[in-house]
Amino acid sequence: MSAIGKYIRPALGLAVVAALILVPMSFSRYGLFILSQWAVMTIAAMGLNLTLGYAGQVSLAQGAFVGVGAYAAAIMTTHGLPLASALVVAMLLCFAIGWLLGYPALRVQHHYLAFVTLAFSTLAFLVFRNESWLTGGTYGISNIPRPHIFGFATGKPLPFYYVCLGMLGLVTSATWWLIRSPWGRAFVALRENPIRAQSLGVDTRRYTLMAFAIGSALGGVAGAIYAPLTQYIDPVPFDLSLSLDLLMMVIVGGSGSFFGPFLGAMIAVLLPEWLRFTEGYYLLLYAIAVILLLIWSPTGILGILDRYLADRRTKVASAQRALAKSRLETAQ
Amino acid sequence: MSAVLEVSEIKKHFGGITAVNGVSFDVQEGEILGLIGPNGCGKSTLFNCILGQLMPSAGEVKVDGKLVTGLRPSELNRLGVSRTFQLLQVFPKLSVLENLILAGQEHQGSMMSRLFGRPDAGLADAANRMIGFFKLDHLANEPAGGLSYGQQKLLDAAMAFMGGPRLVLLDEPAGGVNPSMLSDLKERLAAINRERRATFVVIEHNMEFVMSLCSRVMVMAEGRVLAMGRPDEIRKNPAVIEAYLGH
Repeated sequence: MSAIGKYIRPALGLAVVAALILVPMSFSRYGLFILSQWAVMTIAAMGLNLTLGYAGQVSLAQGAFVGVGAYAAAIMTTHGLPLASALVVAMLLCFAIGWLLGYPALRVQHHYLAFVTLAFSTLAFLVFRNESWLTGGTYGISNIPRPHIFGFATGKPLPFYYVCLGMLGLVTSATWWLIRSPWGRAFVALRENPIRAQSLGVDTRRYTLMAFAIGSALGGVAGAIYAPLTQYIDPVPFDLSLSLDLLMMVIVGGSGSFFGPFLGAMIAVLLPEWLRFTEGYYLLLYAIAVILLLIWSPTGILGILDRYLADRRTKVASAQRALAKSRLETAQ
Repeated sequence: MSAVLEVSEIKKHFGGITAVNGVSFDVQEGEILGLIGPNGCGKSTLFNCILGQLMPSAGEVKVDGKLVTGLRPSELNRLGVSRTFQLLQVFPKLSVLENLILAGQEHQGSMMSRLFGRPDAGLADAANRMIGFFKLDHLANEPAGGLSYGQQKLLDAAMAFMGGPRLVLLDEPAGGVNPSMLSDLKERLAAINRERRATFVVIEHNMEFVMSLCSRVMVMAEGRVLAMGRPDEIRKNPAVIEAYLGH
């Protein structure tokens, strides 16, 4: 039982990765676009999951960081710079801004912090819209090129989907490393009990700033891929509603669980597409589905799984206890 | 012997209320000092002033002769001053093992070495020994939130010792712990004190626990030191009987 259990997870993981590589080969242009968008949004949601889910710092600014990354990539690549350099700039820029945005979190928490980050979100949107010398204002930036990677053009939908998927793979590995490292443990300590964490030598200030900076940097990475994916950006996709969408992805998927953002982004990106046949009602149905899910399982989709596994473990344990007890009685 | 902790003339005001009103005392290396007194006499406030959780209104705190007043709790902890809390303060979602690794990981290396080093920060063995020492073996991989109250108290104490502290301030370690577990706890604390020469200050209302564990006892009342002495002297002190122990 346990020997099989040991192989189930890696096998499942491999199957999902293989499916993500192979199945989309037969997809239409639109299908590939949606799947690429899922990969990009998952990256951004993973960043927010780090800040909010693991370290417990509420942020309503993740969409703005996606915007900062997207504009950095759009401006740089339309001026002939390679996407790789734009990625690095987007990441560093968002890391730095995220670090600064972390300072209020040292003073205020929860909904107060949400308001501070909300203000930043609005500020970023105004910069995207009004500083037209840099961002093209409401007209946005068009003809964003897709990169050549080792000489391969990624202009077509399928190759660029693999760029998105590869990036998702990289970010997933890096985040997995981070979460398993002592930093991941310190982030959780920060969320669960900052005062106790302090008394154990955890520099809560520095970890709080790091949680914001790294989470924001992942938002920047997502943005830097988003720009060449859509090949045209304007301020509208990066307004507050994107931040709220990303927040919902994290919470619906399961805040603080590693694979939550993958499921959350899937629901936020794919469900509206599946519900498209209902035409005008799809937003309504989507909203109802999310509300019902959160009533049923406030800890998100992965919370349902956790509950199921815990139930099963309890049942197995009590069965064992009953067995032990009956043996004891027959022995007497 | 030298003083590990020197507290001089600590005062703490909250608005018009004076919670701690000029308290001075020393704790020698390897000593276990008991701190008793009626509720609201300023024991916990004094702890919080020593540990940097509160900034004292006046006075000085020295650890190993070094002035530490105004340091943040995390800085003080890395200097070797550890604590337990009156109310349960473990990390419920982390396993017992993870709680203990967390309690030790910030005492070694730099932020960068912690990011790129081993996931367990090389502390799994030390944590497992601590788990064995506090008899929590069968619970190592359980989330700390699922432990019983007494077990969480033991874990809380174990966490305070992970970093190999010089000085540990324990705030009511016996509160709510059942009698059999209490003798376990006392025995563990005494063993750590002997083997590692760790110095303790213990706030406690359980007189039997304090009197049998501590080498000296300090009594506080209304923010001041009322008496200080060996347990048998304190028991007989008329002022202490009047203010706290009762007849």
